[in-house]
Amino acid sequence: MDSSPRAFKANARAAVKDPQLKRALAHVKVGFIGKRAKAVARLPEFDALRDAARDIKVHTLDHLDLYLERYEERMTAQGGQVHWCPSAADARAAVLDICRRVGAKTVTKGKSMISEEIDLNQHLEANGITPVETDLGEYIVQLRGERPSHIIAPAVHLTKDLIEADFRAHHRHLPPERSLEEPRELVEEARGILRERFLAADVGITGANFLVAETGSSIIVTNEGNGDLTLALPRVHIVIASLEKVVPTLEDATTILRVLARSATGQEFSTYTTVSTGPRRAGDVDGPEEYHVILLDNGRSEMLAGPFRDALRCIRCGACMNHCPVYHAIGGHAYGWVYPGPIGAVLTPGLIGIEEAGDLPNASTFCGRCEAVCPVRIPLPKMMRHWREREFERHLTPRAVRAGLGLWTFLASRPELYHRVTGLAARLLATLAGRKGRLRSLPLAGGWTGVRDLPAPQGRTFHALWAERNRSTGP
Amino acid sequence: MSETAPRVGLFVTCLVDLFRPSVGFAAVKLLEAAGCRVAAPRAQTCCGQPAYNAGDRHDTRTLAAQVIAAFEDFDYLVVPSGSCAAMIREHYPALLADNPELAARAGTLAAKTFELVSFLTDVRGVTGVEAAFEGSAAYHDACSGLRELGIHDQPRALLATVRGLRLEELPDADVCCGFGGTFCVKYPEISDTMVTDKVERVEQTGAGTLLAGDLGCLLNMAGKLQRRGSKVQVRHVAEVLAGMTDEPAIGAGVEDRKG
Repeated sequence: MDSSPRAFKANARAAVKDPQLKRALAHVKVGFIGKRAKAVARLPEFDALRDAARDIKVHTLDHLDLYLERYEERMTAQGGQVHWCPSAADARAAVLDICRRVGAKTVTKGKSMISEEIDLNQHLEANGITPVETDLGEYIVQLRGERPSHIIAPAVHLTKDLIEADFRAHHRHLPPERSLEEPRELVEEARGILRERFLAADVGITGANFLVAETGSSIIVTNEGNGDLTLALPRVHIVIASLEKVVPTLEDATTILRVLARSATGQEFSTYTTVSTGPRRAGDVDGPEEYHVILLDNGRSEMLAGPFRDALRCIRCGACMNHCPVYHAIGGHAYGWVYPGPIGAVLTPGLIGIEEAGDLPNASTFCGRCEAVCPVRIPLPKMMRHWREREFERHLTPRAVRAGLGLWTFLASRPELYHRVTGLAARLLATLAGRKGRLRSLPLAGGWTGVRDLPAPQGRTFHALWAERNRSTGP
Repeated sequence: MSETAPRVGLFVTCLVDLFRPSVGFAAVKLLEAAGCRVAAPRAQTCCGQPAYNAGDRHDTRTLAAQVIAAFEDFDYLVVPSGSCAAMIREHYPALLADNPELAARAGTLAAKTFELVSFLTDVRGVTGVEAAFEGSAAYHDACSGLRELGIHDQPRALLATVRGLRLEELPDADVCCGFGGTFCVKYPEISDTMVTDKVERVEQTGAGTLLAGDLGCLLNMAGKLQRRGSKVQVRHVAEVLAGMTDEPAIGAGVEDRKG
């Protein structure tokens, strides 16, 4: 699978034919959706909480400069340091500088999509520093040299037997008779390996679900506790987060937390919710000596100013992709970049350009399921349509599509001509189909008839029959 | 029909006009039975969704203006399709926002535009139909009607009053069938995966007939069922509600016709 959104069509074609992927994705359809539905049913005020979460995000985005400055001020007062990074390259350089200054050889990492967005692991490796992913799913995709295929379940495209094979290939110490049949056994094996890495790491890098302006804190949620060990054990803790992660107060963060886990995994709360505020203070029993926050823009300021602002409300729960029938059909890798699914179809063109990611906002039926479950009510179909409008304005829409639409509008805006043409088409198609009532193939309609029959018209148009009926009975 | 009966402009949709006029006549019968005077203005063609969803706002506005002019004098615009109804109700006013005069007219039309089945139940207070249909049917919730217009209970309520009809609840009835307008030909492999999932669910219900309220989705599902050699018959819900099921089902030949 090519990791570029330009290869979307080829990736999708390959993905739908992959039986292993199909088996893995079947779990997304059933598991995530059912668990979310149960969690929502148990909380009558869930929809009111979604409104509250949306309002917090809208307010924060309206005053983003204010809250970011306040966050920096409070963070700095706690002894931490904020690094403002306009681009991915700036963020990579900032992380590498810190690692070099402290002589880091290995870096443990909690799950972070921003790290994926800036290609941090590749950059560290190229500079002689070993990054170790400590979230189980991330650890697995790192072993395989892949990217996550889902923003909260990085290895959701894999089945258990594939993961077992990866473990046996990479963990050479494993005796063949050691059972890895059960997920629990896989977790224990990974934990055993990771325990040593946690103790050896010089720097710990985590993402952030929230940056709290009121206190200068960052908050992460995990289910494995790996984030706590990543941020508390090494000498240096680096938080990497994008601008829109800031919220005004701890109260705001807890409001959003109430919809986050429910939307993501159907849990009421994630197993671990960890607040970190600066380096270890005198008297603290643990914590890092240094605390850095990489604040990444990477195109977000530009999105903030335009029609895609609402996409920056996203809290990365994954509900949109969990409910997306296109994601269910092709999985996350086919999208070719960091963020898959409906939110990816909106964010990716914003962050790397619509020229690079033109297929993504087009590969949607606008079924609306994503918007219906989004905890912060991002109008995802509307934003995908906005991208299509950008493409159309910039003549990026394929020429055949433009020509077809032009012809359609020419006809459809001339009703009498239109009725003559549709009358002929109805008769022609009905004649071609004959007594079978459907067509198995039709020139220029391979996109349709390649995978399904084309039901034939009944033979006359409604308007022809309606005119006839009104002539015979009077209007 | 009394002079005070509401005047309904029937927007048949381009697909019904071309592929299945019998759906339009079923709609006329249902509307007349609900006490409406029905006209189908000849100046109607397409609501503009293909252009709208391709990002072509200019052409969409042209077609929207034509629909508004053709229908604004009626008491109601009724359409046997959730997606075309949603286009006019939910999207026209925003689409035309930069032309205040047209936007105001679009807003007025939007407020009196309804999908057929929900118009019958929610506006006309219809609680049952005089129709019979022997057999079992599964109902698929087409996306726009379900999520943009909240159409879910209305068709089921009316179908429950059709004599002889047994309604089988379709698992995942709210999941898209993979039609999506031009999506289904731009991304045929993805669409195929989606429609295959859908028709497998339909087949699992054991129902003899599949119903829905949008002809695009119906053509897609019927075409896939037939490609698989399935015997499931596919019809627009209006045909069954109007008791007009003499025509062969969608994509069914004369020889497939049930006695």
